[in-house]
Amino acid sequence: MKLMITCRQAARLISAELDRELPWLERLALRGHLLICKACPTFRRQIRLMDQAMGRWRAYVDQGE
Amino acid sequence: MSDLPALLETLRPQLLRYARLQLRNEAWAEDAVSETLLAALEKPEAFAGRAQPKTWLIGILKHKLVDQVRRHARECSITDEDGEDESLEDALFSASGHFREAPTDWGDPQAVCTQTQFLQVLDACVEKLPKQLGRVFLMREWLELETEEICKELSVTPTNLWVMLHRARLRLRECLQLNWFGLQPEAR
Repeated sequence: MKLMITCRQAARLISAELDRELPWLERLALRGHLLICKACPTFRRQIRLMDQAMGRWRAYVDQGE
Repeated sequence: MSDLPALLETLRPQLLRYARLQLRNEAWAEDAVSETLLAALEKPEAFAGRAQPKTWLIGILKHKLVDQVRRHARECSITDEDGEDESLEDALFSASGHFREAPTDWGDPQAVCTQTQFLQVLDACVEKLPKQLGRVFLMREWLELETEEICKELSVTPTNLWVMLHRARLRLRECLQLNWFGLQPEAR
């Protein structure tokens, strides 16, 4: 994996963070990208919000009325 | 416990709805729910005195849903329908790999996620996921299976699974943008 990645590639890594531990090279590439990109940090906050929301949804399905 | 059948009758529609959401197949969903109700009726003593009978039933249902996925593994296997489709990413990103439209600020997660109306929109968006993506996404997010187990049950490679989970999230994100975050607060 190259160190300079596009938003499209960064978005995949941002999603992958939720499913697996990223190897250091991918972590580094993502970190570097997040420092120079305006869109991807916002995208990452959205994805994390969705992750929290799914936790709420799960509680709502499993325990809610 | 004489009111167990009545309770099951009341909760059955909900169980069926979530079974459909997970399995995306009417007949399998019916089977999973029937097996759940039978298991519950066999153990009235487990039901007695429970403060949260629904939680108990959903717990049983989740096991039966995994059984159904296993039983129908071949029909659940991933086809090109969702497995190889890159059109969603092509629509979101330019040829140079940049976002075509900059993502917008969705605000404070805590404030958003505690709103029941938001959860209902999320629920509808999950329902709208294409069959295979929805199945995979909920195996992960609702049944809370480890990725290794999902790969095993559906005979997919980890890479393929990660790509599918990513696509499911991208679709969900689009749906939430359209039906919640993109709307004026008074229109929600």
